[in-house]
Amino acid sequence: MATSAAVRSSMGLTLRLSRVIPDCSTCSLYRLRSCVNSAANLQRTGSADSFRTINRHLQTSIGLYHSEEGSSNAEDPEDVVNVVYIDRSGQRIPVKAKVGDNVLYLAHKHGIELEGACEASLACSTCHVYVNAAHFDKLPEPEEREDDMLDMAAMLQENSRLGCQIILTPELDGIELTLPKVTRNFYVDGHVPKPH
Amino acid sequence: MLTQKVKFTLGQDESLVSDSTHNQYVEVDIYERLPVPFGLVRFGVAPDHPEVKNVINTFTQTAKHSRCSFYGNVNVGKDVSIDELQQAYHAVVLSYGAEGNRSIGVPGEGLAGVYSAKDFVGWYNGLPNCRELSPDLSCETAVILGQGNVALDVARILLSPIDSLKKTDITQPALEALAQSQVRRVLIVGRRGPMQIACTIKELREMVNLPGTRPEMVATDFEGVAEALKDVPRPRKRLTELMLKTALEKPGEKEQERRNKASRIWGFRFFRSPIEVLADPNHNKIAGIRLAVNKLEGSGEGAQAVLTGEEEDVPCGLVVSSIGYKSLSIDPSVPFDSRKAIVPNIMGRVQQAAGLYCSGWLKTGPTGVIATTMNNSFDTARSLMEDMDSGTLDLSAAKPGSQSISALLEKRGVKPVTFSDWEKIDNVEMMRGEASGKPREKLLKVEEMLQDFSVNAGH
Repeated sequence: MATSAAVRSSMGLTLRLSRVIPDCSTCSLYRLRSCVNSAANLQRTGSADSFRTINRHLQTSIGLYHSEEGSSNAEDPEDVVNVVYIDRSGQRIPVKAKVGDNVLYLAHKHGIELEGACEASLACSTCHVYVNAAHFDKLPEPEEREDDMLDMAAMLQENSRLGCQIILTPELDGIELTLPKVTRNFYVDGHVPKPH
Repeated sequence: MLTQKVKFTLGQDESLVSDSTHNQYVEVDIYERLPVPFGLVRFGVAPDHPEVKNVINTFTQTAKHSRCSFYGNVNVGKDVSIDELQQAYHAVVLSYGAEGNRSIGVPGEGLAGVYSAKDFVGWYNGLPNCRELSPDLSCETAVILGQGNVALDVARILLSPIDSLKKTDITQPALEALAQSQVRRVLIVGRRGPMQIACTIKELREMVNLPGTRPEMVATDFEGVAEALKDVPRPRKRLTELMLKTALEKPGEKEQERRNKASRIWGFRFFRSPIEVLADPNHNKIAGIRLAVNKLEGSGEGAQAVLTGEEEDVPCGLVVSSIGYKSLSIDPSVPFDSRKAIVPNIMGRVQQAAGLYCSGWLKTGPTGVIATTMNNSFDTARSLMEDMDSGTLDLSAAKPGSQSISALLEKRGVKPVTFSDWEKIDNVEMMRGEASGKPREKLLKVEEMLQDFSVNAGH
């Protein structure tokens, strides 16, 4: 028993080091806790299952990552949701998004400086945005955990929400999301850095 | 070529590194005293708050940027001086946080059984110099001084069911000690009233919902609170409403049943300041704590606690003092305000010290969550970039950067730990954790962290 556990462990390390097992920390599924092959699950399966699971994981994660991202050749016009981000220097950045897109990851995709320190797990308030009045009421009520995190955000307003909890729907077409001016400095030349 | 040094704790100037279209070509070197990075995210955030630690992924991306280098196991102030760093780099950013703590300032504070929250948290989170704390958990009642989030973390870790702690990255020695713990009642004591409590609602809710526990509060502590809530901002209002509900409302049937079955108790005690830690005359350890009773003058955040002359003795076997961290001076050449325990600065620029900046708790004092400290660091980065653009920072001469510092360190027998060395430590910890169903089993000694973990190193 102990020997086979040790073999599985060392195989795991070898596979990770030679990159056969993907690096979960960069996958959005893992970050959103939607990954069926997370470590907890892998532990419960036997060694033979681990190998099948690895292959399934490679296909699943790549496939779903593309569709979650939202390809720019979005064929169905009814799927398109127009979003405007207003960055911290007041610049308006219009974005063509898709139904189902997450406001935080959409911002990252378009180089908008919205941080997501806890990776959408309702453990921080760094993705705090203001929602324009016309669309604020169209959003579903925040769950208690979101309200708890919002309470810690600087410059909280009536129309404050956490970007990672906003999923785009057709009736949110035209939504405008303003990034709060939470720092006392912006770039001298109005330059916006790419998020990392 | 601009190179600069950042001492890495939680705050990090990642915008400097990722801003690749800026006029200058910026390189950032990070010097850290421990072999492992991430500071409070690794050693301060509670083991049962793993989502808060996700920010490590952001830090990792930054550290692996081609123009960013990490040098762990380098003690600035001892292995290399600030002056030497300033000679090697165009700019130096001090970001080393607050590793000291405020002392209670009362007789008996040095008795066995009294710990600072900084050390207690360091102990369960694997900070190497807290490894041998061995807190005595054989008493029934523990008193925590302070009512901030750190105080609530300590209370929660003391009272959590062992089964939930078993699956976290809490250290094995702490887990074993807590499994044997006799502590059944934790009082969280503050000088002022419910409306001045410093914790936030997420942590309070976790205590209210902690399995196997029930709340025990003093109803009279809440007199006048409900009435004062009308014009209070939303965060304070929601927090206070949850406290009122927990302290005063008659629970529903299910909740009452749950409370009846609970074997562990927690509660806030308000309007109490410590005046003396009382010793057990037969053993050289704590028997209780003497508290002064206060009343409030003024209201809201600015209310002051004033002594009434009354006193109260609370028998207990464990006192954890959670009244605030404190920054220490790193080098006499760096200006330091010992009253506020920060480096005096304007927007992160250290006063009267060209080329020297500060960020994080060292800049503003030891309060704030990740969002606050992150924005604080971004501000410092922008001040630095403004100075680069305006010529305030003299970039005319090239500086040797890590080349000269590495040579100095080698001469002095200091071997820095690179980020890829850390990644090997990371893998070892995760593998060790897998065996017991934990996300990682932290290495607890610096010597262990400095081992050679290469795959072909004969393990």
